[in-house]
Amino acid sequence: MIFLWIIAGAALAVSLAVDGRKTRLAVIKGLKMLMAVAPLMLGVLAAVSLALAAVSPEMLKQVLAGGGPLPFLAALVIGSIALIPGYVAYPLAGILRQNGASIGVLAAFITTLMMVGVLTLPLEARFFGWRVAWIRNALALAGALVVALGMTLVLK
Amino acid sequence: MIPNRRGLFRAVARAWPWLLLAMVAVLYGFARIKGGFAYGLAAGKNLADFLLEMAAILPPVFLLVGLFDVWIPREVVERYAGRRSGLKAVPWMILLAMLQAGPIYVAFPFAVSLWRKGCAPRNVFIYLGAFSALKIPMLTFEVTFLGWRFSLARTAVTIPVFILLAVLMERLLPAQYEPPRLEEPSAR
Repeated sequence: MIFLWIIAGAALAVSLAVDGRKTRLAVIKGLKMLMAVAPLMLGVLAAVSLALAAVSPEMLKQVLAGGGPLPFLAALVIGSIALIPGYVAYPLAGILRQNGASIGVLAAFITTLMMVGVLTLPLEARFFGWRVAWIRNALALAGALVVALGMTLVLK
Repeated sequence: MIPNRRGLFRAVARAWPWLLLAMVAVLYGFARIKGGFAYGLAAGKNLADFLLEMAAILPPVFLLVGLFDVWIPREVVERYAGRRSGLKAVPWMILLAMLQAGPIYVAFPFAVSLWRKGCAPRNVFIYLGAFSALKIPMLTFEVTFLGWRFSLARTAVTIPVFILLAVLMERLLPAQYEPPRLEEPSAR
């Protein structure tokens, strides 16, 4: 993250040195884009906060550990809806595995978590349009299914 | 009647983010004052974490997107990642995405910016796919908690899948599709 600030700072410095007017234009453009999506982003994050607070790691453990198709389906659904940052999701996945979650369930959970975002759909639609947002998420869900099945075949 | 209803729809569309924010704030405040209301505390803490993450990532991201937009000519993007760029763009898109950090919505502004500059849609979606699945900071977490075997296998299985999906995405969209404009039409 610090890396990102350094790169942005360096780019800004170079840009300023070369052309101040263009730099001003760039900053204004960036700000305008940020302002255009900020309310939506805040709303989505509030929704995610409310949803996430309702789900405890204990509940996830109960639903996702164990065999059979049910934990697998639950992993796909929960992963698609939730928006959990990696530094929370992976420790959780580690615990799930210790509690007997299968490779397929873990892969389905993590892949949908990263690639499918039902709660962030409005945000994605603001950037790309609803059509793209829907198609991308539907395809990503199908892809997660393939990844989970593939992982089950590769490992184990 | 119809314009009225549309006005209502618009009002709701504008107000819901603020309503949700207010709801979290109220629940959290209630939990702090009354105590013993774990849900409110958890929701407030989640939101605070998310906001901090946003504050740490979004300013440099949007600054870079702005600079990219102003400085990088359309021809460059078209030449290296446009519709006729072939396969050589793929490893670059993946590498570019792997070096980043943050949740996927952080990748959207740059992806849209690339698209508008003539980047082929498949490359935009390869970028998004790699961003969501292969960020290096995330991989380090994965290796720590699930091990090398899991991480390598997932990477190996995921790469062809999201490339395939990206190509499919490009086929499914009309050739002249453009993402909607974010900022008001300003001086180019």
